Amino acid sequence: MKFKKIYMDHAATTPLRKEVKKAMEPYFSKKFGNASSLHTRGQEAKDALEESREKVARLLEVDPENLYFTSSGTESNNTILKGTAFKNAEKGLLSKSKGHIITSKIEHPCIMETCEWLKTQGFDVTYVPVDEDGVIKVDEYKKAFRRDTILASVMYANNEIGTIQPIKELAKIASEKNVPFHTDAVQAYGKIPLNLDNVNALTVSSHKLYGPKGVGLLYSDTEFTPLLHGGGHENGKRAGTENVAGIVGFAKASELAFKEMEREKKRQAKLRDELIDGLLEIDNSMLNGHETKRLPNNVNVSFEYIEGESLVLKLDDEGIEASTGSACSSHKLKPSHVLQAIGLSAEEAHGSLRLTLGKENNEEHVDYVLENTPEVVEELREMSPTKPKKEKKEKKEISDPCFD
Amino acid sequence: MILVSISDKMSMYTKKVMELFRNPKNMGEIEDADAVGEAGNPVCGDQMKLFLKTDDRRITDVKFQTYGCAAAIATSSIVTKKVKGKKIEEALKLTKDDILEDLGGLPEQKVHCSFLALEALEDALDDYK
Ligand SMILES: Cc1ncc(COP(=O)(O)O)c(C=O)c1O
Ligand SMILES: [Zn+2]
Repeated sequence: MKFKKIYMDHAATTPLRKEVKKAMEPYFSKKFGNASSLHTRGQEAKDALEESREKVARLLEVDPENLYFTSSGTESNNTILKGTAFKNAEKGLLSKSKGHIITSKIEHPCIMETCEWLKTQGFDVTYVPVDEDGVIKVDEYKKAFRRDTILASVMYANNEIGTIQPIKELAKIASEKNVPFHTDAVQAYGKIPLNLDNVNALTVSSHKLYGPKGVGLLYSDTEFTPLLHGGGHENGKRAGTENVAGIVGFAKASELAFKEMEREKKRQAKLRDELIDGLLEIDNSMLNGHETKRLPNNVNVSFEYIEGESLVLKLDDEGIEASTGSACSSHKLKPSHVLQAIGLSAEEAHGSLRLTLGKENNEEHVDYVLENTPEVVEELREMSPTKPKKEKKEKKEISDPCFD
Repeated sequence: MILVSISDKMSMYTKKVMELFRNPKNMGEIEDADAVGEAGNPVCGDQMKLFLKTDDRRITDVKFQTYGCAAAIATSSIVTKKVKGKKIEEALKLTKDDILEDLGGLPEQKVHCSFLALEALEDALDDYK
């Protein structure tokens, strides 16, 4: 084998960058202070914390006062959804209904499950459908707004199929309806330029961009009730002694990602398209997600007659680390809700493969994946009772990358 | 539902399951089979087909085809291994627990994938009952 391991699962997580680790190191031991302490060591931590906040604010071109560091993307999403819901319930302005939230059918589980829980608490949720490419149906989204709508939340780009949503348009519609708009930008931040016009709240996670795990960010210029009460940290919006080392690391990782964005976006999109073209050479395969409105690092292809978990495990034996949305691989034994939402049959979802690129991937890796995957697919199809008797299927054409 | 990446999976399966998944025994088709059994899992979509050659109520050869996850492939493999050379009466006595024991267990949510092979065997042996 030419490579020991090729990691192509960057949508799941990424390794910590050397530069990030170096930036974090002093804050574990030498500069260990509590940012709430009055003495020099405490103030040193406080300065690092506030500098990090300002750094990120400059990248996002927002007011640092509206940035809250959290423990994860999951926490940020929970905070904005529950926090907005609680805030409105507190106000008690809405007589009959406690409040209504609009979101999409392809959100990350930490949005979906939070919405489901809010329903049990008396709130109402509309899940707006998407088209076959995973783009939200804007007319249905527009129609979903009601007098009691308290928040609209649509992800910037999808973690499974990479589809990028028309956030500018969605945020504008919400603003016209006087409803705050939130976007989960965990997969988009640092990878594509973000348009935050009319966006009131935004979620980011550090470990998706070579930062440490366990650090998230919530931007919000709209009111929300905190989930964690305590010592008044983060402007009273998120109690708990700040994870200074982690936050410093996140800010550093953000800075580097934004600096390299233009170049990496182009470079990875080229590798992505080579992977997609190459994988679609395999008979009875199809691309999941939009051809062009797509994250530069996301490849998601379904192979008929095989099951995704088997495929991922076999690829791992070849040194390729990837993911699948197969029902067999899920705890609920249901195919990915995202693949279902774009209209895939159970069989099509069963054979899905996701490869997500990162900055350490190169042409050689792509060649290696394209050399090995067809054999593995063939091997599994050999085993399959559902495989067809030799037939060819038309391939989807992939056009030039575009980053709107 | 979350996409499960490979690293989550490895710790889920026993060595035995992975070994059988990597090197399945009795995989393939028997063109002139005496009996063919089929089973499908309505929950997750896995499917299996089992081919038997018999002689005087003894299973002389057996092969399988499976469309499914590692659990489904490993159990197909072990079921065929266990019934090859056995009397049909004995083969019919095989239980789910026998299979799970041989595999050293399966993660809970994977147990359903392992029933497929036994169902296909029962389907194939239906005519012999
Ligand atoms: C779109 C999206 N939102 C939220 C999250 C959750 O982020 P975290 O892992 O920081 O909780 C993820 C990561 O899996 C994601 O891909
Ligand atoms: Zn299965």
